[in-house]
Amino acid sequence: MKSLVIKDLHANIGEREIIKGLSLEIECGKIHAIMGPNGSGKSTLSKVIAGHPDYTVTSGEVLMDGENILGMAPDERARKGIFLAFQYPMEVPGVTIANFLRAAVSARLPEGEELEATEYYQRLYEKMDLLEMDRSFTARSVNEGFSGGEKKRCEILQMAMLEPKYAILDETDSGLDIDALRIVSHGVNVLRSPDRGMLLITHYQRLLDYIVPDVIHVMVAGKIVMSGPKELALELESKGYDWLTEEEPAPAV
Amino acid sequence: MSDTKAELNLDRSVGDFSYPEHHAFDAGYGLTPDTINYIADVKGEPDWIREFRLKALDVFLSKPLPTHWATKDLETLEFEKIRYYLAHGQRPTRSWEEVPEDMKQTFERLGIPEQERKFLAGVEAQFDSEAVYSNIQKAIGEQGVIFTGSTEALIKYPEIFRKWFGKVIPTGDNKFSALNSAVFSGGSFIYVPPGVKVKHPLQAYFRINAENFGQFERTLIIADEGSELMYMEGCTAPKFETATLHSAVVELVALKGAKIQYVTVQNWSSNVFNLVTKRGVAHEDAEIKWIDCNIGSRLTMKYPGVVLKGRKARGEVISIALASNGQHQDTGAKMIHAADETTSNIVSKSISAGTGRATYRGQVHIPKHLKGCKNNTECDALLINPDSRTDTYPAVTVRGTGNATQHEASVSQISAEQIFYMQQRGLTEGQAMSLSVNGFVNDLVRQFPMEYSVELKRLIDLEMEGSVG
Repeated sequence: MKSLVIKDLHANIGEREIIKGLSLEIECGKIHAIMGPNGSGKSTLSKVIAGHPDYTVTSGEVLMDGENILGMAPDERARKGIFLAFQYPMEVPGVTIANFLRAAVSARLPEGEELEATEYYQRLYEKMDLLEMDRSFTARSVNEGFSGGEKKRCEILQMAMLEPKYAILDETDSGLDIDALRIVSHGVNVLRSPDRGMLLITHYQRLLDYIVPDVIHVMVAGKIVMSGPKELALELESKGYDWLTEEEPAPAV
Repeated sequence: MSDTKAELNLDRSVGDFSYPEHHAFDAGYGLTPDTINYIADVKGEPDWIREFRLKALDVFLSKPLPTHWATKDLETLEFEKIRYYLAHGQRPTRSWEEVPEDMKQTFERLGIPEQERKFLAGVEAQFDSEAVYSNIQKAIGEQGVIFTGSTEALIKYPEIFRKWFGKVIPTGDNKFSALNSAVFSGGSFIYVPPGVKVKHPLQAYFRINAENFGQFERTLIIADEGSELMYMEGCTAPKFETATLHSAVVELVALKGAKIQYVTVQNWSSNVFNLVTKRGVAHEDAEIKWIDCNIGSRLTMKYPGVVLKGRKARGEVISIALASNGQHQDTGAKMIHAADETTSNIVSKSISAGTGRATYRGQVHIPKHLKGCKNNTECDALLINPDSRTDTYPAVTVRGTGNATQHEASVSQISAEQIFYMQQRGLTEGQAMSLSVNGFVNDLVRQFPMEYSVELKRLIDLEMEGSVG
C-alpha cells in the first residue's frame, strides 16, 4: 500500500535536537492529525519533511511510496508530490497568483511540454469557485497584503492546483474566523481522495470538527506519545496536554 | 539557506574573447590633434566641426576623471591604448565557429533572428537590415520626418543640425561629453516636423549599418511643436564589443507641446566602460520620458536628465539596472526645473547579484523663484547575495514655498524563506530567484514596448537560472 513513512526520525536545528525519534505512517486516502502543545516540534516536523535547509536530519528515514526523499532538494520533493500548506505563507511581491501557479504547474510537466493556457485558466477558475474565491484574486501578488484568511485560502488553492500525493497542513486553522475556517475546511474535504494522504498539524481541537481525521497523534517533546481514534481529540480538549507531559515537560518556545 | 548564500555566478563572460582585426581606416592608438584631424579628413567634415572637435579635445584633456565621486575603477582606463576611430564598415570580424556556444544559445533562447545574431556576435561588420530600414524610411519620409546618421545630417541639414547640436549638453559638461565631442562618429539624427505624430517607434536597431552601435555615437533628436516620437536603442541580446570604452552623447529637444520617449536597453559585454551623457530640454507643455535599462557592461555611468525649461513641462525617468558579478551600474536621473508648474517623476529599480554593485545617483533642482513645481522620486533596490552592494545618493534641492517634492527609497532582499516557499511549490532555486526578480521589476517592465518587455523577462530568467546551484 502507498504511504508516507517516517521512521525513527531525529532532526536538529543547529546543535539542538527538536525531533527525537519520531515514527509515523500516513497511508494514501487517510487523514492523520498531529496535536500537541507549543514547542513540541510539530512545525519542525513539517519543515523537515519538506526539506527546509535550516534543519539537519541526524538519523532516520522519510519514505514516500518506498523511496527515501531525505537526500532530495525541496523542489524535487515537491514535484514528487509533497505539499506543505505553510503556517505563515511568504509574500512574493509583483508575482501574481496566476503566474506563480502557472510556473509551479509548468514545473511538473515533462520536458518540452507546454502548459495550455485556456485549459489552465479553466482549471484555476474551477478550483477558485470551490474555495469561494473571487476571480480578481488571480491578479493579486502572492500573499501580498492578504488577510490571514486569504493567505490560508490561497494555500489551499495551490494544493488544489498542484494535486499532491501527500499534503501537510501546518496550523491551517490559526488566524481564521469561523467563516474562513468553514471555507478552508470545505476545500480540504473536497480534496480528500483515495489517492492522497494528509497530515493536519493543529494546536486546537476546533479544526477537527470540520475536517474529521482517521487517526490522531499526540506529539510531545519531539515524539509521538499517544495515538488513537478521532475521539482522542475531545479528551485532549477537556484534559489539556499536561497529563501527558508530567514526566517530560515540553520546553517553552 | 546554504544555496542562496552561495555566490550567484551570473555569467557575464559572454562576449569576452579575442580575434584577429583588420581595418581599412584606423586612426591608430591614442588621442592628439592629429587624431582629430584624421577623423575630420576621413569623414570630409566642414571646418566648424573640425574646430568644434579640436576645442573639445582641449576640454577633455583639461578635465580630471570624476573618480572623486564615482569609482576608482575609472582609473584603469588607459586613454592612450584606445582606438578612437575605425572607419564605417570596417569593424573587426571573426568566424561563427569562434563564437562561444553559450552566446549562441542565448541568441537562440532570446529568439534573435539569424542575420542579427552574426552581427551581434561580432562575426559580421554590417547588419543587413536594408529592407526593413527603407520601409520605415518611406513611411516616415512622407510625413517629413528626417531619420539619418549624425554625420550625414551635419552635411545635409546644416541649419537645423547646427542650431541644436551641443546646446543641450555643452562640450564641457563632463570629461566624457568632451571626449565624445572630440571624436564622435555614428549615432542618429531625427527631426520631426510640427504636429507630426510618428506612429511606429523608430529603432536604432534598423540602422545598424549606419554605424549605430558606434563607440562614440552622437544622437540628436528634435521634436518640433506638437509632434510625438518614440525612439528605441539597443537590444536585450548580449552585444559583443571590441572597444573597452563606449561614450555616447544623446541630446533631445522637445519644443512646445511635443512628446519624446527614449527607450534604451543596454547589454554590452563585461569588458566595456559605458560612460554616457543623455539629456533633454522640454519646452512649454512638452514631455520627455527616458526609459532606461542597463544589464551589461563592466561600469555604466549614466544619468538621463531633463531640463524643464518651459511652463508646465514634464520630465520622467524610468530605469532598471541589473548589476551581476563584477559589474557596477552607476545610474540615476537629473531633473532641472527651470519654469513654473513643471513636474518630474523618477522611478528607479536596481538588482545587485553576486559581487555586483548598483548605485542610484539623482539630482533634483527646484529654485526658489519658481511656483507650482512637483517632483516625485522612488528608488528601490533588491539585493540577491550577501556580497551584493547597493547605494543611493539622492541630491534634492527644493527651495521656495510653492513647490513640492517627495522621495521614497527602499532596499529589500530575497529571503531564504521566500525561496524555500517557492521551492516547496516545485520551482528550482534558479526559477524561484528569477520569478522573484521579475516580480520586483514587473511594474516597470510593463512600461517598455511589448517586444522589449518580453525579451527582458526572458533575459532575467536566463541570468538567474544559469546562476544558482
